[in-house]
Formats: sequence, structure tokens, C-alpha cells
Amino acid sequence: MPGQVQSIARAAAILRLLASSSGRLGIGEIARSLDLAKGTAHGIVRTLQDVGFVEQDKTSGKYQLGAALLHLGTSYLDVNELRSRAINWADPLAARSGEAVRVSTLLDGKVLVVHHVFRPDDTLQTLDVGSLLPPHATALGKVLLAYDVGAANAVMRGEPEPYTRRTLVTARALTRALTEIRDNGWAAEIEEMTLGEAGIAAPIRGYGGLVVGAIGLSGPVDRVCDGQGRPRPTLVAYVRDAARAVSRDLGAARW
Amino acid sequence: MTDSYVVSIDQGTTSTRCIVFDRRGNLVSVAQREHQQHFPRPGWVEHDALEIWRNVGKVVPRALAEAGIVAGQVAAIGIANQRESTVVWDRHTGVPVAPAIIWQDTRTDELVETLARAPGAEDLRQRCGLPLATYFSGPKLRWLLDQTPGLYERAERGEVLFGTMESWLIWNLTGGPDGGLHLTDVTNASRTMLMDLRTLGWHPDSLAFFGIPVAMLPGIRSSSEVYGTATAVLPGVRIAAALGDQQAALFGQTCFAPGDAKCTYGTGSFLLLNTGAEPVHSRHGLLTTVGYQIGGEPAVYALEGSIAITGSLVQWFRDQLELISTAPEIETLARTVDDNGGCYIVPAFSGLFAPHWRSEARGVIVGLTSYITKGHLARAVLEATGWQTREVVDAMNADSGLELTSLRVDGGMTANNLLMQFVADVLAVPVVRPMAAETVSLGAAYAAGLAVGYWPDLEGLRSNWHLAARWVPKMDDAIRAEERENWQRAVERTFGWIKPEARAANA
Ligand SMILES: Nc1ncnc2c1ncn2[C@@H]1O[C@H](COP(=O)(O)OP(=O)(O)O)[C@@H](O)[C@H]1O
Repeated sequence: MPGQVQSIARAAAILRLLASSSGRLGIGEIARSLDLAKGTAHGIVRTLQDVGFVEQDKTSGKYQLGAALLHLGTSYLDVNELRSRAINWADPLAARSGEAVRVSTLLDGKVLVVHHVFRPDDTLQTLDVGSLLPPHATALGKVLLAYDVGAANAVMRGEPEPYTRRTLVTARALTRALTEIRDNGWAAEIEEMTLGEAGIAAPIRGYGGLVVGAIGLSGPVDRVCDGQGRPRPTLVAYVRDAARAVSRDLGAARW
Repeated sequence: MTDSYVVSIDQGTTSTRCIVFDRRGNLVSVAQREHQQHFPRPGWVEHDALEIWRNVGKVVPRALAEAGIVAGQVAAIGIANQRESTVVWDRHTGVPVAPAIIWQDTRTDELVETLARAPGAEDLRQRCGLPLATYFSGPKLRWLLDQTPGLYERAERGEVLFGTMESWLIWNLTGGPDGGLHLTDVTNASRTMLMDLRTLGWHPDSLAFFGIPVAMLPGIRSSSEVYGTATAVLPGVRIAAALGDQQAALFGQTCFAPGDAKCTYGTGSFLLLNTGAEPVHSRHGLLTTVGYQIGGEPAVYALEGSIAITGSLVQWFRDQLELISTAPEIETLARTVDDNGGCYIVPAFSGLFAPHWRSEARGVIVGLTSYITKGHLARAVLEATGWQTREVVDAMNADSGLELTSLRVDGGMTANNLLMQFVADVLAVPVVRPMAAETVSLGAAYAAGLAVGYWPDLEGLRSNWHLAARWVPKMDDAIRAEERENWQRAVERTFGWIKPEARAANA
């Protein structure tokens, strides 16, 4: 087992200290209580402040637990916020690819469609924002499962429904697919939910690189895939570019 | 051959953004920066024009860098701007003589009342297509001339220049004190009250009415032609379009045919209907305005319904009441309840605009009971935008004799799904969003690209328009009728709140 990371242990101690104190604490008080050098305490507190776990009171300059901590258990990015941030990038993705685009997050083990852009051919289509898709049978869902161990385990424990002969229903097949998705940074779905339909999706990352959603396109197999039945590399690149652009907007540094 | 692009600068009320577009009208990159809003007194709203100019200098290079292109690849620059906001600056130093007075500012309400009783007021209205209101540049400019010692004389000598934001930016982009071009376009000029809608020139009687020296006014040009070449920010690139932001959105939505209409949902919301080559005078509180003019072609006119407070009500909910931390969260909060619980918010923060034009009205929240939660208030905030749209559409149908069959929408608030469904519900017509949500910027880019031959013609632009989303009405007719009546009763409660004496004391 690798050794303990000292600064993380200290950060945890600082959070516990702030949680147990009745009022706000100054850097000096924190450093004294934990027997740390003031500079060390300050560096850790500043980092905790950057990620929203700690807040500084404007007038006294003292510290308390931050609002982001309270939301840790729940999804920390509001889905409507995600739509607002994605809208400018989902549109060009649809325009470039010629296919319908969806943005989604996980909600109670299902894929919630947060945003939907029509296929740009001006045919009659119905907005399906708010609808739920099966996570194991869609590219969007598989991306979300790939970065959420708990949700992936829950899907595998349940009995994933076979929509077509190509739907991944066994734990082995799903595990292998999710590993591959993490390695590649994108997912494809080829006739796994509907015959004749295919899709490509990539993860949207928020602050610190946490996956907060997925963006993807879907359309007829013969348009989404090439002659060998593989997702077209240009479309994959469009999807990944769009995912990266939204991630950048959300403050993910490296993606 | 390296690809070329068109760059648009959207100088908006809350921020300045630069967007790079490619030949298919796709957004390649965007950079944005907010500027400070100053509220020095109740009813006053100011911006620092120099801060805005500095922001242009920041966002344009950032957008180019993000797109990975250089100035040599930019075919043209188009400008869209917040309208009516008034800047007066020293032509020798380039320094504004006062903070810019923003369109929402109501400091001129008394002046406007006095002017409304002056001889020639009715002729003025016929000539410019606008009712006398604090909203437009003419009264704001007159106020500055009245309140700044010595300014009138300096204006007469041509030492200070007037402009709305596009004039200010074009002047600075083309050299500022060193030979900067002092221009405006027909759409922006049509918001000053000083231009004759038919001749598209400054009218001497209108200038006399407001007491404004012609020497300080910019030259009026079409919305789409090469005005000159930038020497700052993007040196060597042609500046080829300027349109007021709402007209830019009309253009970006490719509303090129009479009867085409769009509504842009931002800080305020603006519904414009293309009425073709003839100005239509409104009997229902709408504005007659220039939609656009391409080079030497005849101008295309529009009817406009302006709603002062829509997105800014969401901002108020966020910043003043602190019930949400981001604007999109209002949808999440609103979805915690099924309806408005009987609560209505009429945001007459600075009076009501179209179709009422009541400057003495102030906002109300009605129907409060102990049952009301913040979720209901969030609903009422969003519904206020829906009902205000409905009022304007009713006026437009009456004036134009046309029945709106669908509404094209754009702007920041179109990301709100609950709101767009509600708009479709109360209008009882489908609401459609095009693939490019940034239609203000796109319109400026289109007009600039047309002027330099980057795009061949309007047909070519039209084929870039694609449907991205469509909301169809689902509300029951009886509920719509009842809710509409409730809204109307709420609106009546805003009227006459500011007493005439109070206004006099405030001044
Ligand atoms: N999801 C949303 N729901 C409701 N209002 C929103 C949402 N997103 C943005 N807004 C509002 O829209 C306005 C910003 O839209 P934008 O088109 O950028 O306006 P402008 O160009 O006038 O600055 C703000 O007033 C904000 O409160």
C-alpha cells in the first residue's frame, strides 16, 4: 500500500476542526490547534478555499466550512446550469456532424436528457429534454457509468435489459467496455438500443476533472459508422472537441 | 489556402463578447468579459465607456487565440451593440465627459414629461416612429447637455462627440483622436429620436426640438458596408457592419421576409417583426424602427415590442434576494413546485415598456399567502417573461393585421426549458430555437460578411438557419385564459405608483 499523503491528512484535520468549532477560525488558531506552521496551514486552507470546501468571512478574514461541502453527497452541478454551459457547444456539434445531439447526467441510475439539439435537417422532431435513457445501452450512459463506479455496480447487479442482440448485458462485457471507454476517453453505441441506430459520446468534466455529464450525438448506423462498422473518426473528434470545450467552460483545467 | 473567418463584437448591457464564425455560420470560439454596472442613484444606470473599450481590447485577442487564428485570417469585423446608451466624449483626448447613460436609466423622466407637452412633440413622433420615453438617446443627450456646464458650447464647436456604443467603438478602433471615424448605422440612429425614418438622415426639426448641435452627431451609414479599416485591436481588418443588438438578432435569425418575427431573451427582451420596405406606425404601443439596410439598398423596417425586465428579474432574484446562486438554478427551483401558487410578479422596476409605456408604474408581487414558497416565486419570475411576451404579441397582431404563427427565439434565457415551454403555452403557437443561439453576434457577422463578399447573398445565409429545438403549446385553453386575466389584474396594480410630487422631489 502506498504511504499516507501528509497534506491530505492535514486537510482532513482542518475540515474536522472547522466542523467542530462553534465559530469561525483564523489561520493562527488553526495552526496552533493542529501544531502546524502558519504557512503550511495557510497553504492548505487556501487550496480548500479554491475548491469551495472552506469559505473566508470578508470582514473578519476568518474561515468556516464552505457551501460546496454540503453538496458533496448530491450532484454538485445543477443540471440546468449544465445545459446553459453546454448550449453554445452542442449547437455547433449538431451543425458540424449533421446529427442530433444530447447532453445528459445520471439520475437515480438512469440517463437524464438535460439538453437536446435537433438533427439539423429541419424535419419534424420532438424535444426529449427530461426523458430517461438506459445507461448500459447508450453511448451517453456508458460514458457516465465509466466514471461512476457506484452506478456501474448498481447496473451490473440489476438485470440490464437486452434491447437488441448487441446490448451489453453481462457484468464481464460491461466491465470490459467501461475500461476501454476510460482508456479511449469516449464511447460508442452501435445498435445496442435500437436497430439501425448508433451513437458516440464523451465525458464533460467540471472543476478538478470530475465527470459531471456526457455529450454525444446519435443517428443512423450508416452515417455514424464507416464501411467497417466503426464510428467515423471525424465524428469522434467533433464529439470530443465539444466535450472538451464545455469542460473548459466549467473550469476543468486539463481537458 | 488558409481558412478565413468573420469576427463579431457584441457590446451588450452586461458584457462584451467576441465571437469568431466560420463560413457556415458556426461558432468557432468565444471570449467574454463583464463590465461594471453603476447605480449612483435610484433609477440611474451607468457604464464606464473606457472600461468597455478596454474589454474589447481583451476579448478580441482572446477569441482569436482560442480559435487559433491571426488577424490576417479575419475577413471582416461586425459590431452589434446595446442600443440607446449614450456616450459623449472629447474628440481630442478620447475621454468621455461623463459616464455613459444606459438605456434602462430613468433620470430623464421629468425632462421627457416636459418635452411631451412642447410644441412639435406629435410631429417628432411621426418622424422618428418612437414615443417620447426615457429609453431613447435623444433625451439622454439633452440631459447631458443641460447638466454639464459648458458642454453645449463645446458641442457646438465640435469639440465633443456623441455616439451610441457602436460609434464609440468604431471611433476608437479606427484611431480615436488620430483620425477616428465618427459613424453610426441606420438601426442605431433610429433609436435616437433624431433621425427621420423615411429619409434616414438627421432631421433639423428634431435636432431643434431637443436642442442638439449637429456638429456633435456621427454620420449615418447603412448597416452593412465597409466603414473603414481598424488601426487598433485588429489592425488592417475591415469594419464592415454595425447594428443595434436587436436588429442584429433579427438579421442573425434570417428574418428577411415581411412577417418574420423573433424574440431575443436577455437582460430585457425584444420582439421584432419585419414589416418590409414601409414603416408601419403602431396604435398599440409598439416602436417603429429600422430593421437593417444593406449597402445602397432600401432600408427594411420593423415593428418592435421592447420589454425592459426579463433576464434582469432573474438576476435580481439571484443577486438581491440571493435565493439562487446562478441564473439557470431558477429553473431547478421553479420545478420544485407545480404552479405559481397564485403568485404573480410584475417587474415594472423602471416603469413598464411596450405595450403600456407607463413610466410611473413600479413593480409588484401579488397573491402572497402563507402558502407561497421560494419555488412559487421562481415560477412567477419566469412566468412574468412569458406574459410580457404575450402582451407584445397581441399588440403586434393588432398593428400588423398578421397572426403570428410561430416565434423564433434566441438569447441567454432560451437555455431555460421551463420558460420556453411556458412561452409556447401562453402564446399558443410553437416556439422555435435555431441552431445558433448567439444570433446577435451572428447577425453582425452576417452583415459584415455580406459587405465584403464573404457570403454571397441573403439566400445563402438563410440556408445556414436550422432548427435546434421546438416547443409546442400544451396548456389548456381555460387555464391560459384564467392565468392571463390574473396577469392583467396584476399589471393594473403597478400603475400610478410613483406620484408626480415624488418625482419632482427626486429630481
Ligand atoms: N437558464 C436561465 N434561466 C433564466 N434566465 C437566464 C438563464 N440563463 C441566463 N439567464 C438570464 O439571461 C440574461 C443573460 O442573457 P444574455 O443573452 O447573455 O443577455 P444580454 O445580452 O442582455 O446581456 C441574464 O439576465 C440572466 O439572468
